[in-house]
Amino acid sequence: MDFSQFSHIFWSVPTNEVPAADWWIDVLRAFVRILVPVFFVLLLVPPLVWFERRLLGFMQQRQGPNRVGPEGIVQTIADGVKLLMKEDIIPSNVDRTLYVLAPIIMLIPALVTAGVLPWHPSLVWGAGAPNVDIGVLYLLAWSSLAVYGVVMAGWASNNKYALLGGLRSSAQMISYELGMGIAVVTVVLISGALSVRDIVFDQSAYGWIKDAAHTTAHHAAYTWGIVHKPWLGFLNPWHVAQFFPMGFVAAFIYVVAMLAETNRSPFDLPEAETELVAGYHTEYTSMKFAMFFMGEYANMVVVSAIAATLFFGGWTTPIAQLDQWDNTAVGWIIPAAMISAKIGLGLYFFVWIRATLPRIRYDMLMSFGWKGIFPIALGNLFCVAVSLTAGYWAGLAVWIVLAVGALLIVANLDSTKRFTEKTRRRSVLGLYASAQPFQMPLVKTSNGAPPVDGRTAAEELVK
Amino acid sequence: MGTQILFAILAAVAVVCGIGVVVSASPVRSALNLVLVLCSVALLYLTLNASFVAAIQIIVYAGAIMVLFLFVVMILNLGSPEPLVNKLKPQTPLAVVAGLVLIGVIASVVASIPPQASGRLLPEATTGALTIGLSLFSPAWVFPFEAVSVLLLVATVGAVVLATRRAL
Repeated sequence: MDFSQFSHIFWSVPTNEVPAADWWIDVLRAFVRILVPVFFVLLLVPPLVWFERRLLGFMQQRQGPNRVGPEGIVQTIADGVKLLMKEDIIPSNVDRTLYVLAPIIMLIPALVTAGVLPWHPSLVWGAGAPNVDIGVLYLLAWSSLAVYGVVMAGWASNNKYALLGGLRSSAQMISYELGMGIAVVTVVLISGALSVRDIVFDQSAYGWIKDAAHTTAHHAAYTWGIVHKPWLGFLNPWHVAQFFPMGFVAAFIYVVAMLAETNRSPFDLPEAETELVAGYHTEYTSMKFAMFFMGEYANMVVVSAIAATLFFGGWTTPIAQLDQWDNTAVGWIIPAAMISAKIGLGLYFFVWIRATLPRIRYDMLMSFGWKGIFPIALGNLFCVAVSLTAGYWAGLAVWIVLAVGALLIVANLDSTKRFTEKTRRRSVLGLYASAQPFQMPLVKTSNGAPPVDGRTAAEELVK
Repeated sequence: MGTQILFAILAAVAVVCGIGVVVSASPVRSALNLVLVLCSVALLYLTLNASFVAAIQIIVYAGAIMVLFLFVVMILNLGSPEPLVNKLKPQTPLAVVAGLVLIGVIASVVASIPPQASGRLLPEATTGALTIGLSLFSPAWVFPFEAVSVLLLVATVGAVVLATRRAL
């Protein structure tokens, strides 16, 4: 076999058309293809850390790292070298096997998950594993395994703070996984596909249509064509805007759950430094700590990519007419640039949230997950199912009825009333008044009456 | 040939980790061994072309149930790993007998499979999500399927009732 034949098969022949004798080319190609998402995620981590620190600096009106290299972009490399040079300490009473394994297990799910996310519709080079028919389940499976790194680190460290971090993480993960899973199921329901590739196609104006003539009980057949009319004639039908507001609610729930699943602010309780020193990685130093760090940022990249793929159109452009995915340079650059841009926006969102929201309390986190995210996701899924069977307007009607009913019930709950009244009047104002070092007149009188004693005035207000 | 080597590796991992579940001194290690068993069994499903079942196995067992297990084990067993004390000594002979009976049942089922039917890949069309969904909601299976869902719901409600009664 000469080189041109090899390169033809290597670059452009789909797997099921590779001659049997040349199976090794397919295997070789699979290896090379898998390296693309792995390197994408890993190489994005150092600039991402710099990006986060600079952006946080900008949002908090300070500089951020700007000394090492132009605009401080080499800062992360310098930090990495520093971490590598540090002494690698393994405390004496830890469970050595699990202690060493934990940072590795933290990093692996992020890298493996990236493998099924497509950057191009091509079946040859479109993703690490372009044709996984259970792609969505694969994503869910790996994201549910991601918690083990944190839990193992927390337990193996033989440290109370680390253990508490691990415990918090495991409870948080299973709580928010439910909401996330249901949001993903919503997408599956809308698109009618489990394969990530088909889900992205469902969000472009062109795609696969179920071929009723050739579909049997055991086999679904599809043909290629215009599936959806572009909205307003030019917008691609992304899932975030499907069945408005249901697609939007599902996307919102996924985004909240993704913050919780990556242990990012405002859900970063497993490493809350005001309570737990550094949480699950308290005992880790040097390269092992660096791996936890990398794992967190790699996870951010991957969940942004999943959100972009499932809800924001994957590699499609916002404008249907600009979509191009033929085998030319432009046809490769546009999809890859689109998915990269969407990942970038997702990462910006992560940092923005971190700069904006304070960390929430642990009981609030749990009740938000179980009493907020989960029922909303479930009701939303129900409405999508109604929309699919009885039409959009029926689904919307059910959605409005459910939303109004839920609001009425929640607003009239005793606990809600108690919460609002207590917070507004007794605890805040009362505490404030009684904490005053001097007796200050809180109530100014306009009619010339003598000013009332501060403490008494506050107590008056409380009543 | 490749399939057999893969099977041998996965089966060995599953068996070794299964023994690890039983003999590990600390319950956390037992639980983590069980996770490995579940994962290698999922990979075995994958080698049989049953990718849907494999994914569900990971999501439900390794991803949700075992995390909950670990949470409970860790919350009950705070601090350093301590060897478990067997508080159910009289049960041990019974457990041995029950284990032997279980092995016998499984062996009789395995022996009843004709040798030419074992170890073959299932056709893609019988293991996909579409087929599984269609057969689960076919008239033959929809009643047992929904009955199981209701049963799980009853168990959940029962757990909540028991928990709140103690809290009151």
